[in-house]
Amino acid sequence: MKKKAARGSAMIMSALEKEGVEIIFGFPGGAVLPLYNQLYDASIKHILVRHEQAAVHAADGYARVTGKPGVVFATSGPGATNLVTGIANAYMDSVPLVLITGQVASRAIGTDAFQEADITGITLPITKHNYLVKQVEDLPGILSEAFYIASTGRRGPVLIDVPKDVFDQEAPFHYDRNCDIAGYKPTYEGHAGQISRAVKAIRDARQPVFFGGGGLIRSGASQVLGEFAEEAQIPVILTLMGLGAYPGDGRLFLGMPGMHGSVTANYALSEADLIIAAGVRFDDRVTGKLESFASSARIIHIDIDPAEIGKNVQIDIPIVGDVKLVLEALKKKLRPGHTSKWWKKITAWQNRHPLPGWANSPEGSLKPQFVIKELSRLCEEERIVATDVGQHQMWAAQHFVVREPNTFITSGGLGTMGYGFPAAVGAKLAAPDKRVVCISGDGGFQMNIQELATAVYNQIDIIIAVINNGYLGMVRQWQDIFFDKRYACTALKCNPDFVRVAEAYGAKGLRAETEKEATGAIEKALAEKGPVLIDFVVEPEENVYPMVAPNQPINEIIVGGDQK
Amino acid sequence: MKHVLAVLVENKPGVLTRVAGLFSRRGFNIENIAVGETVTPGISRMTITVEGSDTIVEQVAKQLHKLVNVIRVSNLSSEPSVMRELMLIKVNAEPGSRSDIQQIVETFRGKVIDVSPDSMVIEVTGHDEKLEAIKLLLVDFGIREIVRTGKVALLRGPKVTRES
Repeated sequence: MKKKAARGSAMIMSALEKEGVEIIFGFPGGAVLPLYNQLYDASIKHILVRHEQAAVHAADGYARVTGKPGVVFATSGPGATNLVTGIANAYMDSVPLVLITGQVASRAIGTDAFQEADITGITLPITKHNYLVKQVEDLPGILSEAFYIASTGRRGPVLIDVPKDVFDQEAPFHYDRNCDIAGYKPTYEGHAGQISRAVKAIRDARQPVFFGGGGLIRSGASQVLGEFAEEAQIPVILTLMGLGAYPGDGRLFLGMPGMHGSVTANYALSEADLIIAAGVRFDDRVTGKLESFASSARIIHIDIDPAEIGKNVQIDIPIVGDVKLVLEALKKKLRPGHTSKWWKKITAWQNRHPLPGWANSPEGSLKPQFVIKELSRLCEEERIVATDVGQHQMWAAQHFVVREPNTFITSGGLGTMGYGFPAAVGAKLAAPDKRVVCISGDGGFQMNIQELATAVYNQIDIIIAVINNGYLGMVRQWQDIFFDKRYACTALKCNPDFVRVAEAYGAKGLRAETEKEATGAIEKALAEKGPVLIDFVVEPEENVYPMVAPNQPINEIIVGGDQK
Repeated sequence: MKHVLAVLVENKPGVLTRVAGLFSRRGFNIENIAVGETVTPGISRMTITVEGSDTIVEQVAKQLHKLVNVIRVSNLSSEPSVMRELMLIKVNAEPGSRSDIQQIVETFRGKVIDVSPDSMVIEVTGHDEKLEAIKLLLVDFGIREIVRTGKVALLRGPKVTRES
């Protein structure tokens, strides 16, 4: 086949079309102008954000909902460096992204030219892979490799840095989605011998637990997990990243483990004789003190990334592979589990420590947990929640019932304040038919508050629930517990009037200061079109419980709330 | 314990930075590193000496393998292998001490590769211990400068470390 010649910018747009990209999130600038010029004639939608960081977060939210790579355009220098937090966030949570940045012209690279930054150097430790395109002939291969690497194996962000002159150079163009990369061959099928060993271990276990994370979501393992757990009668524990892989109100679900996990989940992990860990990376927020984590259990660890196995915790039966495929293989050989004795113990814990409640609110004041529960109760079944980072995030993880995979969008690994709102915008664009709620805090929301313009201009139907306690609440909670209530720099003393801010951008704004007002505001917001912000003015010094102090054994849990 | 890793990489710009950056950000220590071409065009071989327990070195190898430009990682310390390092030493050599130095060099099967009125450059190849031993003997003459290539290694016998 004779290859037709094309310019660099046309190659990129053509590759995006062939990859089925529907939306690009971005912000133009000098070095990337030739690409935007090409975009002017293209059929792909572009969402103009108001800060590049929001473009990455929105693409990230889009990618988490659809499972397809999110695509970002930005210019050189500050445009590229503004992406950094978003890239690190996606890298930590294994989210597929393809980011295309403009770079200064080839001959100017290395001269500290205007708006020059070594973005491939800067993003080296936070991308799955990255490229600086030296000549336009390399571009077709790089584009297909980038999409392939981002969306296979353990997903992750891939950045392509394109010098301005390369956009305009011509070369023969043929786009081939099949690529063969010598150093990149993910393993999908689990090793048969290891699977047999795992089956035997499950058969022999008296007190097994299933402990799953984000890998379940990325590999689409929800259905097989449900069947697996039902067959083996195994209790299911999901990390923050795994929420939705099994219904939050499902019969076998014990909640989230770790620092703000349920008492039962932490006790079950501590007393289990077998842990089936799937698509998790044994983060310190989950394991607490490593030496005492699951000390009486044998551990089966299923993960697509071999480097995760044995990284933090010693593993008895490692299985490298795609979580869904491995669980399917395990399920085929499974026999009905006899765990009724174990369940008796678990039920007793559940009765003694039901999912955390909270002390009765003093006259009139509004509890943040109530707001989350009301949002969960009133929002439609077909829904997605995107959270920011902090106390409201943990309350959302505890009280918002998540039933489906890819519907709980949150920054887990990096803990990025400012993530929630732009991610919600991306999520709504990915799933226009679903109800999308952004649960944010007064601190985090202000980190990307400018995206109100993006949401209003694109008429994004989302509810932005600002849990406003006038503090950087989670930091204040740590100061309360570990720093003798010395609240250094955590009071947000000059918060704007969020309702008027929303209105100034052309969005709707509502405020609620009592339970009754909260319910009313949510109902009203549900009936509105376009972005609606609700300023929930809540009890300022409410803490998140249960809580395990950092680097403590996870069964040494502060129950808190109304169970003091 | 010291481990010697043979790392086959695509010869692309930035690959050394990727490998070196990985070591520093994961808190692993590179004792030494030697890089050069292989028999296959486009593929380079890095020989990296790492200090650490078996668990740490296993994690190093897995992390290295995650780099897209890294094709193969194998631990040569876990199999019989031959290892060599080359060292050049510039040592003070007055006419009176030259023959003494010459004798030491011969014992270690080294070579004198440059002589000036008051100095010599000596080339020695071998294992760590051998290089340390000759260094110790030459100290008394006054060592001016030392440069080492870092270790390189191959498996013993016909077996090779292949790209796939």
